[in-house]
Amino acid sequence: MLYITRKIEFSASHLYHNPAFSAEENRRIFGKCNNPHGHGHNYTLEVTVAGAPDPATGMVLDLNELKDILQREIIDRMDHRFLNYEVPELSGQIPTCENIAAVIWRLLEPRISKGRLHRVRLYETADLFVDCYGERNGAGSSTGKRNP
Amino acid sequence: MNIHLTRRYSLSASHRLHNPTLGEAENRRIYGKCNNPYGHGHNYVIEVTVSGAPELATGMVASLADLDGFVKREVLDPFDHRYLNEEIPLFRERVPTTENLCVEIYRRLRSFPHAHLERIRIEETALNSFEYSGEPLGRTE
Repeated sequence: MLYITRKIEFSASHLYHNPAFSAEENRRIFGKCNNPHGHGHNYTLEVTVAGAPDPATGMVLDLNELKDILQREIIDRMDHRFLNYEVPELSGQIPTCENIAAVIWRLLEPRISKGRLHRVRLYETADLFVDCYGERNGAGSSTGKRNP
Repeated sequence: MNIHLTRRYSLSASHRLHNPTLGEAENRRIYGKCNNPYGHGHNYVIEVTVSGAPELATGMVASLADLDGFVKREVLDPFDHRYLNEEIPLFRERVPTTENLCVEIYRRLRSFPHAHLERIRIEETALNSFEYSGEPLGRTE
């Protein structure tokens, strides 16, 4: 099994606000991310596809094809957008890094024609990122709280 | 959907690699310049990964304020700008390699109450990194 990774960047704004919470609760839980005017990040997305190289091409998946998928599904949809208002897949959700990565997973998984989507890693800043492995658990991972 | 959330922290500390049960020459042979009796230091990067399903109401695996506060109290406050050999009780008895530092930080953070601790990864320098996910070590002690 080989893993190939393609990286893209996109810039977008968002805000965290749950209408079920009071204004005071929203401020307490979400802090400065609750600013009603929103704020933005330069996101870095790493998409990893796993598979065996095709004997004829030596490739798991043509990176040009992956590049086109990422352009169409992610950049065209999210780059230079206000995620809360302009990305329907996120409507009704708080556009946290966790939820954006899960939406990206659902957008990409059915588009990968060869190999399989292994991991979506989304950096919000250099010091904060999430990994999504779909409905499967990540390598050696568990679901939910399960500390010894 | 299970999500892993990773946050990177930095701390600076000094250490000396020295095993008192071995002779001076043996220590120098095994640890090289890391055996310098005055110690030396690093800017460590500590990557903390927690996992779980994002909570519906917040969209978060864990609140960053909770995670940052916990890591600060359990690790950054006691370790940052310290001499690990003398100021961290475990390292009075065990060599403070970054392998052992990984295990100790994992041990201190695994009781994080809001998500499952998945992994600790430490960059000792930009060229060396170490990871520990809590599996039994089978070490000979």
